[in-house]
Amino acid sequence: MKLGLVIDLDVCVGCHACAVSCKQWNTSGTTGPLTDYHPYGEDPSGVWFNRIRHYEVGDYPNNKTINFPMSCMHCEQADCVDVCPTGASYKRAEDGVVLIDQDKCMGCNYCSWACPYGARELDRESGTMKKCTLCIDRIYDERLDPVDRQPSCVITCPAHARHFGDFDDPDSPVSRLVRERAGYQLMPELGYHPANQYLPPRLTRPVPVEDVKGKSLIHSVRDWVNKAVVR
Amino acid sequence: MHPAFSVIFFTVASGAGYGLFMLMVLARLFNAEGMNMGTMLSAGMLALVLISAGLLSSTFHLANPKNAWRAFFRFRTSWLSREGVFAVLFYPFALLYLLLLWVLDNQNSTIMSGIGVLALLLALATVFSTGMIYACLKTIRQWNTALTPANYLLIGLATGGVLLVMLIMMNGGRGSSVAWLAGTLLLIAGITKAVYYFWIRTVIGPSINTATGFTRAQVRLLDTGHTAGTFLTDEFGYQADPQLLDSLKYMVFIFGFFLPACFMAAVFAGAGGWGSALLAALCALGGIGVERWLFFAEARHVVNLYHGAQRT
Ligand code: SF4
Ligand code: SF4
Repeated sequence: MKLGLVIDLDVCVGCHACAVSCKQWNTSGTTGPLTDYHPYGEDPSGVWFNRIRHYEVGDYPNNKTINFPMSCMHCEQADCVDVCPTGASYKRAEDGVVLIDQDKCMGCNYCSWACPYGARELDRESGTMKKCTLCIDRIYDERLDPVDRQPSCVITCPAHARHFGDFDDPDSPVSRLVRERAGYQLMPELGYHPANQYLPPRLTRPVPVEDVKGKSLIHSVRDWVNKAVVR
Repeated sequence: MHPAFSVIFFTVASGAGYGLFMLMVLARLFNAEGMNMGTMLSAGMLALVLISAGLLSSTFHLANPKNAWRAFFRFRTSWLSREGVFAVLFYPFALLYLLLLWVLDNQNSTIMSGIGVLALLLALATVFSTGMIYACLKTIRQWNTALTPANYLLIGLATGGVLLVMLIMMNGGRGSSVAWLAGTLLLIAGITKAVYYFWIRTVIGPSINTATGFTRAQVRLLDTGHTAGTFLTDEFGYQADPQLLDSLKYMVFIFGFFLPACFMAAVFAGAGGWGSALLAALCALGGIGVERWLFFAEARHVVNLYHGAQRT
């Protein structure tokens, strides 16, 4: 088995719900807690397994906003595992999931240097490295309904932009999605062969903008009032 | 990359220590001038002090040092593990060598030479592994080159050579043959470093386009998705002023290579006392400290592409 995620960049709305649900599930999961640093201070920060970034692709008027969730890609050639001197990082032979044994990690950061995708974050509180577990403590839990035996992010996504499955099975939904929608891997030139794949936005008709009318007087006044009123 | 002081100190000090030990064994093997008992013992001691202080400081950057003993277990795949194993294996051979030297009163002995050569090879393997720790990372193009271990080895040997000349002079020798060797090493190390600095100017490898997969249009970052710094921005976001980087390179060449090499030439010609040798050694170590700082400060990890960098 080669378990992983497919992320549909066509429908991701960038709401960060997957990241929040990931944090909620995993902070009490096998590699929890996902420590927060000064959560009520001026600059709250902390450990996350999943981060969403936002990009603009192309130049106006042919531009598009792309919301871009990223977590561990569970790479086939996982250099993060090879470089780990303690053996804390390992890749499971049976399903390809890359995990970190919190009891063995010495917090040297070396694996995070070897990861091109920024998937690994050191927990300054515990002094150990943490990363996405593909919800290993959910996907095999037979006490859950079959539909719930998926990573938390996949279940949560309100836009259905995330899919979980086995890439080794050519008939699995994820394999079919990749085939039909030309799914691709990030930075293939580095040779990590990430399991996770991304679906590009579908080609759509451009929305004409030439005939858009200018603002009416009443709209301009309303905009000005909105700006002037301190909320 | 964020230049961590503990790692800079570790690589400079232990590199010089291993270099000193290697050249000491070599010079003794060829019965070079000035390798008397005093020189041998002080060189051995200084090398062990530098190596041990370096190794100790390298554990300071661990977030969870209580598991450090596990670092010897992945010898098969990890250069960091290999470095640790070679570094620990070096100690018994080095100590035995110095002990035999003392017991045999610095007389020639095949056993002593054999053990010395073993220690030398382990020292070589350790410094090479240190270089490979950085060179094996495909994520940092400035490090992913054979020049990295070459620089580490040559600079370790060159700084060790300057220290050995200093110790020979302190123990009453002239040190001209070792000075010739150290000067040559400084020259070669300086040239490879210059080659390295020119080489990293050529931008190769991933771009923001291949990182996101959008290769047919310009990609710009709109928002990183976090309001405060993260582990990733702390660890990889470091960016120094390019002008500062360039002016520091002059310092590396002047203090790290040129001045010590001039001094070695003077010693070779028969001039200079141990005071000036000490000055040359401090000058070389300082210059190499700056070189190591630059090695980290100039390295750009590919994760910066996701934070908006167009190229690394
Ligand atoms: S994404 Fe990074 S942490 Fe995950 S398997 Fe690949 S290299 Fe390792
Ligand atoms: S931080 Fe932990 S998991 Fe990562 S390389 Fe070091 S010991 Fe291994």
